[in-house]
Amino acid sequence: MAHAGTLEINNLHKQYTVNGEPLTVLENVSLSIAPGEFVSIVGSSGCGKSTLLKLVIGLEDDYRGEILLDGNKIVGTSLQRGIVFQEHRLFPWLTVEQNINVGLLNNTELTEAEKFRSVKEHIKLVGLEGFENAYPYQLSGGMSQRVAIARALVNRPEVLLLDEPFGALDAFTRSYLQQELQRIWQEEGITMIIVTHDVEEAVYLGDRVVVMEPKPGRIKRVLDVDLPRPRDRNSYQFSAIRDRVYKEFSNAPHGGADLKVSGIATESITNWKLSW
Amino acid sequence: MPSLQQTITLVDASSKLLAISPVFYQLFRRSIAIILFLALWEIAPRLGLVEAAFLPPLSEVLLTGWKLILNGQLFTHLQASLSRSLIGFGVAVLFAIPLGLAIGWYKNFADTINPLLEMLRNTAALALLPVFILFLGIGEASKIALIIYACSWPILLNTITGVRNVDPLLIKSARTMGLSPVRLFQKVILPAAVPTIFVGVRLAGAFSVLVLVAAEMVGAKAGLGYLIIYSQYNFQIPEMFLGIITITLVGLTINYLLVTLERHFTAWKVVHTE
Repeated sequence: MAHAGTLEINNLHKQYTVNGEPLTVLENVSLSIAPGEFVSIVGSSGCGKSTLLKLVIGLEDDYRGEILLDGNKIVGTSLQRGIVFQEHRLFPWLTVEQNINVGLLNNTELTEAEKFRSVKEHIKLVGLEGFENAYPYQLSGGMSQRVAIARALVNRPEVLLLDEPFGALDAFTRSYLQQELQRIWQEEGITMIIVTHDVEEAVYLGDRVVVMEPKPGRIKRVLDVDLPRPRDRNSYQFSAIRDRVYKEFSNAPHGGADLKVSGIATESITNWKLSW
Repeated sequence: MPSLQQTITLVDASSKLLAISPVFYQLFRRSIAIILFLALWEIAPRLGLVEAAFLPPLSEVLLTGWKLILNGQLFTHLQASLSRSLIGFGVAVLFAIPLGLAIGWYKNFADTINPLLEMLRNTAALALLPVFILFLGIGEASKIALIIYACSWPILLNTITGVRNVDPLLIKSARTMGLSPVRLFQKVILPAAVPTIFVGVRLAGAFSVLVLVAAEMVGAKAGLGYLIIYSQYNFQIPEMFLGIITITLVGLTINYLLVTLERHFTAWKVVHTE
């Protein structure tokens, strides 16, 4: 069983420069996440929720404020923090098994035999037995996303970050994978943070739902979801919490999607492309 | 009027024909143009549509070919040409792929060297043949150098493109798994670039044969290009055509082998069916 991490985010500020003008993407974001907690972050496009994950995973370090994992400031990417993106980002030239194994390439603690066993276990965990030798082009979107989850978990990270992981899937697959993700979270007992624009997904999965608002991106409210699991999406209590989250959006002072900001986020990835 | 029984038999027979035909039909469709072309080659000179002295019938060319096989001449020419092509191609692969990887990987290096590459790749290889002869003499060295030069460009440029165009999302994803730059290159950049590199390698395979003929037209004592030009001087027209056919077959074989190799290396790609 992996050790679950405590994540502490203090007064986080993040700015991008757009056409020479500074643009604040995150302003004074503070969030404390307990070990083994499942936190959902919802918000409209451009509220900085994906930027927040990008900072926590360590792909960017140009920010003000602190991100602490178990009390230590995070530096760069690390095997303690795994991430699953909206696109599965599997390597098309590797099989399912080999793709998951890439997650272990930098792991020096495990022996080869242990690595082999860990890959097998994680294939089982995400329910992909029998597909070990399939190539990504042979998998459906949902199956690919399962592989991505297994790959992110194979190092037994303390925190798993999920950036709209089911956003590109059809409704049936999505709700099924939400159940699966909840099961995996319960089995692994690690800290998980999911970023989503799907309010129902946020309420279904999260112990807490963090509502963010844009311009500049900041936390508007944090709502507790104290419902027993597995949750019934049709129950009265579930609907009540869902409606409360929706209400946070309807009376947002700035409101609405801001496509310009999400465009900036994409640009920063391209800039990053050749900067290693 | 045909009886019902007859109609059924007819329908049955034609459906049976259709059932075996897909494979046959494919084969037919793919070879009919070549068959017609070869038939035309055979018939046109015989009917006097073209001068048989300039374009001998195919059968005559093949008969000459058989003689040259029996007396070992064809083998001598083939061996001379193949060794030049393969050495030139091989050296180009060994030299251009690593260079291309390095150029693609180091952005500063790429920016510095790119203008020069742009200039050089627009210099026609054959235009440089006199230069190569001037420096390396009329022997093997200049011929092989020319083939190396011609083969290097497609490999080099495609390798650079392959490395530069790796999906940034895959690179980012690899970084989240803590891959070091060396591992990143080895496990992500290189395999992702392989299909593009192979496009260059296949082009180079074709170039190695194309340039060969020109190279062998100057100061060679053996080789398919030499066979063609020498036969033409001596008005041995069937021999000339035989040389042309053999070069075509060599080109086809090289391409076939490279395609097979490419399939092996890119088996992970989506298989496109018709």
